[in-house]
Amino acid sequence: MSAIAHLSRRYSFAASHRLHVDALSPEQNRATFGKCNNPFGHGHNYTAQVTFSGHVDSSTGMVTNLADLDAFSQRELLDVFDHANLNTLECFRDLTPTTENLCVELWRIFAEYPNAKLERIRVEETGNNSFDYFGEGTPAVYEE
Amino acid sequence: MILLTRKADFSAAHFYWNNAWSEEENARVFGKCANRQGHGHNYTLEVTVAGEIDPVSGFVVDLKQLKDIMEREVVSVYDHRHLNHEVPEFKAMVPTTENIAIAIWQRLADKIPNAKLHRVRVYEMPTLFADFYGEGV
Repeated sequence: MSAIAHLSRRYSFAASHRLHVDALSPEQNRATFGKCNNPFGHGHNYTAQVTFSGHVDSSTGMVTNLADLDAFSQRELLDVFDHANLNTLECFRDLTPTTENLCVELWRIFAEYPNAKLERIRVEETGNNSFDYFGEGTPAVYEE
Repeated sequence: MILLTRKADFSAAHFYWNNAWSEEENARVFGKCANRQGHGHNYTLEVTVAGEIDPVSGFVVDLKQLKDIMEREVVSVYDHRHLNHEVPEFKAMVPTTENIAIAIWQRLADKIPNAKLHRVRVYEMPTLFADFYGEGV
């Protein structure tokens, strides 16, 4: 059996969003979301860190070919999310585009990558906050 | 149990090549990394060890000792070297970030006194890194 390694890649994209729930009153929205409820929206430079695991192929030395992963990310992540208004995307039509929900959405996207097993999605909304999602269930080892 | 992590940097050259393949196949799979003149990176190594706190010293491991082990076993061998040509484990193994993490694990695994090697993380650049936890070796 070959060794199993974890490979992580970071992608940056810039996007706008507004946190707002139609079912709440304007006052309740302001009380819940504060300045994130500004009707015109605001934006962030997001970083998505995706972690995959897999056997290290003995002929390539790789868990997965980065060129394949980068092409997948360009098509499925960056072409859709970069310089977009998150609220206008199909996935956030009925869902508030918090970074938590963004993590879950990115999990759904990267779980479809065929060449390695998705282990973790981390989304950094700013340099000071980040969110991790490991899919359903608790990670075996939780750490930095 | 406490996890303790120490970082070190090294700069090295490498290229990706599989001798069993044709030139075309190497170029197709490895792209610009297959340039046999090599290219280089500033790598960052993070070594995480797991252990209990010594009641006398308050340490899991002596950081100076860990630093010296990393310097002796890894940095002095890899830094400012061409990995393919000058580091023995990469004669027969492509020096990808994954394999570098595995090779460093093998260099360090039984060298750390009073603690267990928990993770080796190697950054090839800030946007790409590999983690190895010793699975499957």
